[in-house]
Amino acid sequence: MTQTIELNVNGARRAVTADPATPLIYVLRNDLKLKGTRFGCGAGVCGCCTVLLDGRGIQSCNTPLSAADGREVTTIEGLGGEGQSGERMGGKAAAHPLQQAFVDEQAGQCGYCLTGIVMGAAALLRRNPSPTEAEIRSELDIHLCRCGAYDRILRAIRRASETMGKRSG
Amino acid sequence: MTSEPLPPSLARNRRLDRWVEIRTDGVVEVRTGKVEIGQGIVSALAQIAAEELDVDYTRIRMIPADTGRSPNEGVTAGSRSTMDGGGALRQACAEVRDAFLQAAARRLDAGIDELFVRDGTIHRKASNESATYWELSAEVDLARDADGRAAPKRADQLTLVGKPLPRLDLPDKVTGAGVYVHDLELPGMLHGRVVRPPSYGAVLKAFDGTRIETMPGVRAVVRDGRFLGVVAAREEQAVAAAAALARCAAWQEAADLPDVDALPTFLRSRPSQVKVLSEKGVPQDKGAHAVSASYSRPFLAHASIGPACAVARVQAGAIEVWCQSQSIHPTRLDIAKTLGVAPDTITVRHVQGAGCYGHNAADDAALDAVLLARAVQGHPVRLQWSHEDELAWSPFGPAMLVAMNGTVDDAGRIVNWRHELWSNPHIARPGLQESPSLLAAWHLGQPFAQPPGIDSLPGIQPTSERNAVPIYDFANQRVVLNALDRLPVRTGTLRAIGGFLNTFAIECFMDELAHAAGIEPVELRLKHLSDARAIAVIEAARERSGLASRSRHDGSGRDGSRGMGLGFARYSNEAAYAAVVAEVEAGETIRVVRVVAAVDCGRTINPNGVANQVEGGIVQTVSWVLKEQVRFDRTRITTRTWDDYPILRFSEAPPVEVSIIDRPDQPSLGVGEAVAGPVAAAIANAVFDAIGVRVRDLPLTRERLLAAIDDT
Repeated sequence: MTQTIELNVNGARRAVTADPATPLIYVLRNDLKLKGTRFGCGAGVCGCCTVLLDGRGIQSCNTPLSAADGREVTTIEGLGGEGQSGERMGGKAAAHPLQQAFVDEQAGQCGYCLTGIVMGAAALLRRNPSPTEAEIRSELDIHLCRCGAYDRILRAIRRASETMGKRSG
Repeated sequence: MTSEPLPPSLARNRRLDRWVEIRTDGVVEVRTGKVEIGQGIVSALAQIAAEELDVDYTRIRMIPADTGRSPNEGVTAGSRSTMDGGGALRQACAEVRDAFLQAAARRLDAGIDELFVRDGTIHRKASNESATYWELSAEVDLARDADGRAAPKRADQLTLVGKPLPRLDLPDKVTGAGVYVHDLELPGMLHGRVVRPPSYGAVLKAFDGTRIETMPGVRAVVRDGRFLGVVAAREEQAVAAAAALARCAAWQEAADLPDVDALPTFLRSRPSQVKVLSEKGVPQDKGAHAVSASYSRPFLAHASIGPACAVARVQAGAIEVWCQSQSIHPTRLDIAKTLGVAPDTITVRHVQGAGCYGHNAADDAALDAVLLARAVQGHPVRLQWSHEDELAWSPFGPAMLVAMNGTVDDAGRIVNWRHELWSNPHIARPGLQESPSLLAAWHLGQPFAQPPGIDSLPGIQPTSERNAVPIYDFANQRVVLNALDRLPVRTGTLRAIGGFLNTFAIECFMDELAHAAGIEPVELRLKHLSDARAIAVIEAARERSGLASRSRHDGSGRDGSRGMGLGFARYSNEAAYAAVVAEVEAGETIRVVRVVAAVDCGRTINPNGVANQVEGGIVQTVSWVLKEQVRFDRTRITTRTWDDYPILRFSEAPPVEVSIIDRPDQPSLGVGEAVAGPVAAAIANAVFDAIGVRVRDLPLTRERLLAAIDDT
């Protein structure tokens, strides 16, 4: 049974007509063409599809569209637009300090897990701008990286946390 | 001028315009047959091209491989891309540069040695005359064959190679650009899903899919033998229809799988052909210290983080495929064979997928997409596997067994070395055998037989026996392969292939011999090595890890919980050298707390890229060693979710330190698989160092550790 549901995605109001039980990820990727949210396991246990719902990290592969009704969704495409950085990366959208830090640390290989990890880290840094390494590891433990870039990713998140601390301080 | 023999990949793809196009707008297009699977190869190749052409790295545009235009470089595998693809591109670019120098010399009426190139502009020394590649591109004809007459740069002329340039692909990957095949969006595109049988040999006894055809959005239900699939307008509709379709099928299954908990016994029981890989001297059994031990590994999954995906369009007899295959040309051959069409009616284009560490489901997905797209002519179909099928139906790295016997004499010389290996052929990639090596081809109503697999191909080392012949200098040795037929579990190549278990066995056994003879294990290695590069990496890892400064490393100095161990190999005895020291905390469970590696891969193209590959190889191997094994009952693969197949997480990942011994005057050597075997042995040796217990069957689980403790 399809319905028209209104979402606030990356600061814009978007109406979507779909079955309200549709996993949010399919709506983001296929209806709104926001391909940066990656499908991993479909069960919410690998972190690839992490987006922010009202600022909190959730897994969009097992969150129904109806759960986002009237709420604010932030995807990787909307992260850089938060006004925290005017830097541009690769000639594309303004980069969030986390995204810049991942490039600076060359943190990634195949990159499939990265957008989910960046969103998970963004959720953490909103709650806790200066997390310890143990806190980062614990918060990100749901996220899997099969290429084994964990060490670099941890460095990137610490770097972003420091950059953001300096800017706000 | 003399001409050198061309690098093999260039000899097979001689036309220069197949590799490089100099555009009038200042962009340099570079084509390669090698594909990006997360290893950073495309950036490394761009760096090589920029170096040889003398243009800025940012001018290089790497064109994704397709079967229409790109050089046919076979498979991207075996840590050979920098060696082979890089070597060919390097020579091709040197010839292109030379062609432009000749053209500039004509235009400027200058001698070649009066000219130099800076970022694509050819300057005449001691004058302000110049000409650019972009101006000259109309008059330089690259539609000619490489002839080997222009020489690539010498080590002392390099300006970009060896520098840690940033990867080209990373900005798009962290900003969420649509870089993966999963992200393709074509006009009229529909979504497909396949429903696999519940087990390898399951027979479809009854099927009625008529009620699926009326489900929301369903455009086609496909049944061909036991190949079942659906095509729908929306992705979630395809997922729902596939779930319903699965309930429409009744299967008959057979209990034809081995006992997953007794794989060494199973492997020994299989019929085999004995192949002697090395025999020299007369093994002496009368030395003072004789040891024997067996080592095994289970079936290992690629466990890609994202499921396989492909898009296909079938229209008026032409077939287009976009897929994450590592072997677009050979895969095209097997798709053609399966469909009974000519290969040139099919175009296969590479688009990146989630990380790939060998032969996974990428090629299977390509055929699946074509089979579904045939049912909706003209519409592209985006086919994605489920995560569960990705784990259960991809080829696994095969289970293997090694039995070692050795003797050390009183002088600390190893006088007897016997290595006996049990393995099936690892290669099951498409395009190499009589029958297609694509999953769906075996399930069709007119099925093709699953091919037997291949152990050896021209130009590459046999797979199962990699690293079986030791790099150490032993006067008396015998190395034997018991070559098994195809196993009842689907297998294919996985990172480091046979080299992983062979090195694990050799490097654990060196420690076991050393302990039996009361010799420091690293010293025992050095005593039997004459290769200076091997010695250099071992000494570097020993120094940097702090292993060298420890007073004892023979198992007797253990403090009951913390230990260090070393493993070493030169991957396949011809690629990179790697020595690894692992530090562990061992009790009832094992925690790897730190890993230090030293590698020598000859000329380093990009030190950051090498370090990234080595770090990733270390972490993946720690995961294999501590956690991973494919599970099955006697009928079905039961590894279907991350709960069934846990891999290493952030909270468990050790800090890794990599040092590179650069040798700019030596050929570049593949590094992607170099550390797997050494890491595994280093961990097992460190566990013994910590608690005096030796676990020889992987993974090193809590159960195995407790059982080994009980045995001591």
